[in-house]
Amino acid sequence: MLLQVKNLKTQFKVKGGVVNAVDGVDFEIDRGEVVSIVGESGSGKSVTSLSIMGLIPNPPGKVIDGEILFKGEDLLKKTKKELQNIRGNEISMIFQEPMTSLNPVFTIGKQISEALIKHKNMSREEALKKSIEMLELVGIPSPEKRVKDYPHQLSGGMRQRVMIAMALACGPELLIADEPTTALDVTIQAQILDLMLKLKDKLGTSILLITHDLGVVAEVSDRVVVMYCGKVVEKGTVMEIFERPLHPYTEGLLLSIPRVDEKHDKLFMIPGVVPNPLNMPKGCAFADRCHRCEEICKKEVPPLVEYEGRQVRCFRYLNHKEGKV
Amino acid sequence: MVKYIIKRLILLIPVLLGVSIMVFVVMHVFQADPASIILGQHATAEQIEKLRQELGLNNPLYVQYWDFLKGALQGDLGSSLITKTPVVKEILSRFPATIELALAAIIIASIFGISIGVISAVKQNSIVDYIGMVFALLGVSMPIFWLGLILIVIFAVQMHLLPVAGRIQIGLEPAHITGFYLIDSLLTGNMASFKSALSHIILPAVALGSYSTAIIARMTRSTMLEIIGQDYIRTARAKGLVEKVVILQHALRNALIPIITVIGLQLGSLLGGAVLTETVFSWPGVGSYTVEAILKSDYPVVQGAVILLAVVFVLVNLAVDLLYAYLDPRIKYS
Repeated sequence: MLLQVKNLKTQFKVKGGVVNAVDGVDFEIDRGEVVSIVGESGSGKSVTSLSIMGLIPNPPGKVIDGEILFKGEDLLKKTKKELQNIRGNEISMIFQEPMTSLNPVFTIGKQISEALIKHKNMSREEALKKSIEMLELVGIPSPEKRVKDYPHQLSGGMRQRVMIAMALACGPELLIADEPTTALDVTIQAQILDLMLKLKDKLGTSILLITHDLGVVAEVSDRVVVMYCGKVVEKGTVMEIFERPLHPYTEGLLLSIPRVDEKHDKLFMIPGVVPNPLNMPKGCAFADRCHRCEEICKKEVPPLVEYEGRQVRCFRYLNHKEGKV
Repeated sequence: MVKYIIKRLILLIPVLLGVSIMVFVVMHVFQADPASIILGQHATAEQIEKLRQELGLNNPLYVQYWDFLKGALQGDLGSSLITKTPVVKEILSRFPATIELALAAIIIASIFGISIGVISAVKQNSIVDYIGMVFALLGVSMPIFWLGLILIVIFAVQMHLLPVAGRIQIGLEPAHITGFYLIDSLLTGNMASFKSALSHIILPAVALGSYSTAIIARMTRSTMLEIIGQDYIRTARAKGLVEKVVILQHALRNALIPIITVIGLQLGSLLGGAVLTETVFSWPGVGSYTVEAILKSDYPVVQGAVILLAVVFVLVNLAVDLLYAYLDPRIKYS
């Protein structure tokens, strides 16, 4: 197992109280695997990824409990320096906003080189040569010229390619991609996803993909983790999740994907809104929006239940025999 | 780039015309009669009238201005009414002292201002941040002449660490090369002069730079706070860079763009605003010379000094704008 996240809890102190942005999350990623974390904004998926990177801004945020085992070693027990040696080297990350994620005053060559100089002890020239190779790898035309460009001279799609080149330069074992295609045009989205998959196969990198776009999930993932209000509500392979979602929330998410082959006057919508994180309901966080809500759902938080070899956080599966629901 | 510089220099012409008209009008409307100042209390009415005729003071104001402009275009700003020496010569001989003081002040202000600002931003809301910002508030609110006097009392009068006033110990003036004592004494290897010049410049430079230090510290802090929250700083951290590199390279390099603007504006006003400091420390620069001229109603000197300061201010701002293009690759002048 490359990465095992166990009972991760991350809190943010805000005006008016404490928000449990990530509240006991468990999942794992094997070598060469693509695992997606899916959820609405505020579900805690980005905070999960930043917690793995050790990049939670403190204050106000803090990982208060759990383990993040990377190749068997707990990242939460590492010193600042040890983490710096892992970041950008063994685990790297690309972000949602390619327009603002690159430093505007440095050339992209310098920005890719930095990680190589730091982690691989390369000289400036070697690092620049490797940067050009990386740019070529991510499909940027005439890389030896582009390496001297500044971010503002590139389009959004090109910048995201640069981000990918930067993240993969040191040959990391795990790539965390936080909504890597959300800010891009649909045609560019497909190109970037394609590129990531191609490089994954070529370099043997595992990918943790954070997204709210189920279309993207279907296209690239092996396994899916569905999050809601800081908790995992369902886990399964991509086939299982799409063919037979167990949790009513997952069901709702899938129903709200627009489809060309079915004609509806109105798109399906999950009723209601995400509860206020400072005032979470006593029972299941999804109870108020759930069409299968029962008495118990409003009183107790449902446990993560094993059902047909999958995990789902819903009372419906607690006392039912497999295949009966 | 060259085209841009030329364009900006051409724009200097209307600025100078405007400044000169304003100073000219103000000096001629509100000043006492220069002829009677020159001739003193005991002059007769005929003598004064005769001199007014000679100086062209009886001509309409626009004719006088035209005469002044004609002279100015040929590099002649008239002569001092008191000493009779040409204004341009007088001002130029004092200008190095003013520039030296202003540069020393802005260097001190930049070093301390940026350091305090960066530390305050990184340690936001800590005790260090609060102390830094209290000092910045003091620096902004303390009048320069008052701070100057306090510094003199403490460091010169009581502790005898530094000299009270002046630019250098008399007799130690270095050979004239650039006019800057610190540089000239180094160039000629005259260490005694250098030490004397350095000890003389410290107090006035600190007093003059205090306000700028505070302004630069505040600007640095707020800009750094904004930039530290940017996505590309998170990217730099995600690369595994050490915090020092993240702050001093990735963040500060971006913060420098607005900071340089403030430093440029401050330098411009230091060159012009050294009037009080120069007077308090008897610094033989353009500022103290101008104050003297104002008190003696020596209007050609005042005009000349104000025009010179306007030129300097515009040139400093041009230099700052050119620096932008270097600091920010997104800015290109054409």
